[in-house]
Amino acid sequence: MGRYVARRLLQMIPVFIGATLLIFLMVNVMGDPIAGLCGDRQCDPATAAQLKREFGLDKPVWQQYLTYMGNVFTGDFGTAFNGQKVTELMSTAFPVTIRLTVVAIVIEVVVGIALGVVTGLRRGRPIDTTVLLLTLVVISIPTFVTGLLLQLLLGVEWGWIKPSVSTDATFSELIVPGLVLASVSLAYVTRLTRTSIAENRRSDYVRTAVAKGLPRRRVIIRHLLRNSLIPVVTFIGTDIGALMGGAIVTERIFNIHGVGFQLYQGIVRQNTQTVVGFVTVLVLVFLVANLLVDLLYAVLDPRIRYA
Amino acid sequence: MRGATHAKWAACAAAVALAATACGGGGSSGSGGGGDGSAVLSASWGDPQNPLEPANTNEVQGGKVLDMVFRGLKRYDPKTGKATDMLADKIETTDSQNFTVTVKSGWKFSNGEAVTAKSFVDAWNYGASLKNNQKNAYFFGYIEGYDKTHPDSGSQSADTLTGLKVTGTNAFTVKLTQKFSTFPDTLGYAAYSPLPSTFFSDHAGWLKKPVGNGPYTISSYTKGSQMQLKKWDGYTGADKAQNGGVTLKVYTDNNTAYTDLMAGNLDLVDDIPASQLKNVKSDLGGRYINTPAGIIQTLAFPYYDKNWNKSGSDKVRQGLSMAINRDQITTTIFQKTRTPATDWTSPVLGTAGGFQDGLCGDSCKYNPTEAKKLVQEGGGIPGGQVKITYNADTGSHKEWVDAVCNSINNALGNDKACVGNPVGTFADFRNQIGQHKMTGPFRAGWQMDYPLIQNFLQPLYYTNASSNDGLWSNKDFDKLVDQANAETDTSKAIKLFQQAEGVVRDNMAAIPLWYQNGSAGYSDRLSNVALNPFSVPVYNEIKVG
Amino acid sequence: MPEQPFEPDRAIAGTGMGGAMDLATSEAETLEKTPGGPEGTGPQEKPRSLWSDAWRDLRRNPVFIISALVILFLIVISLWPSLIASGNPLKCDLAKAQEGSQPGHPFGYDGQGCDVYTRTVYGTRTSVTVGVLATLGVALFGSVLGGLAGFFGGIWDSILSRLTDIFFAIPVVLGGLVLLSVVTSNTVWPVIGFMVLLGWPQISRIARGSVITAKQNDYVQAARALGASNSRLLLRHITPNAVAPVIVVATIALGTYISLEATLSYLGVGLKPPTVSWGIDISSASQYIRNAPHMLLWPAGALAITVLAFIMLGDAVRDALDPKLR
Repeated sequence: MGRYVARRLLQMIPVFIGATLLIFLMVNVMGDPIAGLCGDRQCDPATAAQLKREFGLDKPVWQQYLTYMGNVFTGDFGTAFNGQKVTELMSTAFPVTIRLTVVAIVIEVVVGIALGVVTGLRRGRPIDTTVLLLTLVVISIPTFVTGLLLQLLLGVEWGWIKPSVSTDATFSELIVPGLVLASVSLAYVTRLTRTSIAENRRSDYVRTAVAKGLPRRRVIIRHLLRNSLIPVVTFIGTDIGALMGGAIVTERIFNIHGVGFQLYQGIVRQNTQTVVGFVTVLVLVFLVANLLVDLLYAVLDPRIRYA
Repeated sequence: MRGATHAKWAACAAAVALAATACGGGGSSGSGGGGDGSAVLSASWGDPQNPLEPANTNEVQGGKVLDMVFRGLKRYDPKTGKATDMLADKIETTDSQNFTVTVKSGWKFSNGEAVTAKSFVDAWNYGASLKNNQKNAYFFGYIEGYDKTHPDSGSQSADTLTGLKVTGTNAFTVKLTQKFSTFPDTLGYAAYSPLPSTFFSDHAGWLKKPVGNGPYTISSYTKGSQMQLKKWDGYTGADKAQNGGVTLKVYTDNNTAYTDLMAGNLDLVDDIPASQLKNVKSDLGGRYINTPAGIIQTLAFPYYDKNWNKSGSDKVRQGLSMAINRDQITTTIFQKTRTPATDWTSPVLGTAGGFQDGLCGDSCKYNPTEAKKLVQEGGGIPGGQVKITYNADTGSHKEWVDAVCNSINNALGNDKACVGNPVGTFADFRNQIGQHKMTGPFRAGWQMDYPLIQNFLQPLYYTNASSNDGLWSNKDFDKLVDQANAETDTSKAIKLFQQAEGVVRDNMAAIPLWYQNGSAGYSDRLSNVALNPFSVPVYNEIKVG
Repeated sequence: MPEQPFEPDRAIAGTGMGGAMDLATSEAETLEKTPGGPEGTGPQEKPRSLWSDAWRDLRRNPVFIISALVILFLIVISLWPSLIASGNPLKCDLAKAQEGSQPGHPFGYDGQGCDVYTRTVYGTRTSVTVGVLATLGVALFGSVLGGLAGFFGGIWDSILSRLTDIFFAIPVVLGGLVLLSVVTSNTVWPVIGFMVLLGWPQISRIARGSVITAKQNDYVQAARALGASNSRLLLRHITPNAVAPVIVVATIALGTYISLEATLSYLGVGLKPPTVSWGIDISSASQYIRNAPHMLLWPAGALAITVLAFIMLGDAVRDALDPKLR
């Protein structure tokens, strides 16, 4: 087990370096960020040159990358163009996005798995068909349309919620944005669980359990669900990173000042330091979540052993 | 702690289920208060692009804060835009080149430090010094010694401007490198604000929580999210805050801000999205203002491109101008928050200030037949297609560019004659312009720095001026501007500027589109809401409750 | 069979590029399972009957028939939009902006006074092109890389798998914002290129997993023992058996690419005029949702139906290819 984890951690290093290099290059393709700082006029050349020097933009890209990574390992994520430390931005943005992601995941897990179990056990019945159709509809409408519609209906027309999220971004304010963020994944979790349940239902161990005369509830929860959860767990694990980074649209609609907001702002202003910094952390989250998922297999399926 | 959060969350979840709205943090729109001027209002804001230093803030979001926290020598009247003395006791000159400034005594920064002549001179020197990276440094460009503190290339050979001298606690002199008769009227711009000594001694601390001499003080600042400003009770100026404070909330999308206003979650929105303008009457009733601002939108041309700078090009530009149905676009897309432009300045200047209604004449009137004829006479559109370049990330530019193009296409009877060319980000847009990569007209918005006709002409059309992005150059124009700046008599100076504007018209150097108004909506808690000519809300006059 | 943690084609892929997806197969080399049960039985044993069985199944499946008909219709419309729309999508009259339905213009006008019906019909071509080409690119690129990694294993597998991880780690919407914000071309190619660039890891992992499974089959081992060359093994024996999961996931991903194009337009980095696309129209209509919902309804409806059709098709194909569900 320990060796396995160590090996996985080692493998993370090239992925981490590669992913940060990739995003670094991508942001660099966007070109010179200084020009956008002077409003609708030319920056005077002396100030522009000075700024470039200060942000290290006059150096070749590879050198910029090395300097940057060197700084990152000492905990210095650089400074945004408006003079704010990127770490400072992170400390306000990440807690908000983590709360949002938690809400989204809880919705995914609770609602998604419940619907999946119900439909999986009642394959072909009206409830199954209805839920199936609903999930398809959710998947086929772009999130921003769903988000804007919900905001308008719940926030303005019916006044159930505030249309935007305050600076505190408490859990209660994040329920609707979390639902919007989770919607597509929710549909997938439902479908995954359904298929998995439907398949395992006919497996030998379930038949054995039923034959032993175990109560139905126990069969479903202890035997059927546990074995059917592996694909769902995988999905949710890989989804964590995607949810955090993919919240750009949701955070924009509900004016949530989290990671998506900072990334959007950073890209629009071509703020290399912000974008690369935030993505670096997201890549780490992605890698760690993947590792945790793999370790969870062993818990869910005792036949899997890591060496 | 964790338990508490949890319990609160559960309670709130239940509350949401019961359709209650009051759960969660919120409450920033202020509670209590009433008519005694202590209530706090919440207003929409954008994350400032640059550090909040006066000489480093060149966009309206940072400008909002500076306008609340600082007062300079002059202040532009929120209604008329006229420069009036604020901290200046008097500004005297005999030759339009050497000025003696006397600062009123008794003014203080909110940390108790007195505002003196030194506060100004230190601040200006800081702003003009290359090593401080101040983006508004060029505002000090007329002051003697600027070429030393801010050379075009290489490092600076001096840290202070030789043209600035403190001559007493409350007096200093300014020496310019050339005659500039309207110089005192430019001093209302935020870049000329005074700075306290803590700005220099504890710069990082100051940036976290800027300290100034205006009617408000900053009580908290959450980067990228919100800023809370409190009324400063020790403020000695006449324009004391009429409310207890302002909470500025950052919005990425002005649509969300407007939605929040409708839902009663926000008190003031000063940038109403074009798509919502149709609804303001029914949503807000009378709680909506739409006042002229010193902003003009034009289409600029790349004169460095041979195709746009040959004989006959002026006819093509004129033809394009006449192919744009300004009335229809300002009515339909902008719901009259823009006024069709008939000159190259702005109505907020007033006729006395140099605004000339109708100067553009027939060239700015919609006339499809004449437009088609002129474009043909001028040799047709270069390359067969006009691409109007704009940035897609801010403002509602896509709507009007598409509308302008449709108007041109309909007038010229060719549905591919004009097409919008969005650039993803403003930074990239400015980059392409700066590197002279434009191959056709591009969006050029100009917001005045100070309400003078000079500011609408010189930076935009003078040879190699800072915002002359198309590199237009005309000897007659340059000569007239030089004469105007040297003229000590203001009305004569304005006449000369107007003559220069005539040269711009004759060549159709840029196509004027429309004058932009400031528009704002507010909640029923507020009264006495107004926008100044810079389209910034006059926060200190707003009454809450 | 339970000891396979689950099948790739099953854990769908779905959020498409959005993220999610894939599976433990990526870690197959590190998973050591306790012995138990036969290896990869099922579809791989009788390839020919698998496909013909599937086809027989599909022909009787109403979901498949309906979605196939819808897709056929969409393809015809994208090739010849003028068949059902006589207008010009670029001809707009601002005076009619936001007007509702009227004779000859059943869907009304959009914010620029363009005919919504005509634009919706003409937008089909762009959206279907983006979806189909992006999927083809992703499937081709992803399955070649993933297949090679799975087939050769060892160091190649490690390198390619890590490369996959690298591209996987970049959030897709974010990558789109960064890469497409600098694009000046107003064709569909940059958008398609971006989708292929960040979308291939999804297919790559699935292809790798199914090649690994197929490789272990007895008949492949037998062919190898008989001296078949690598290329023959890959082309004749492995590919036909490993391609099913890829097809399934690709069909479903197709829908998500079409939807992604709209999201990119909403963020201001999607396709550019004079290209007519549903994404462009949906994103500009989303601002007028209160005043003129019809502007949003039609292009969004068309998009939803198209995505739905492709996803249902993928679903039906998957069920047909999976003998366990018969």
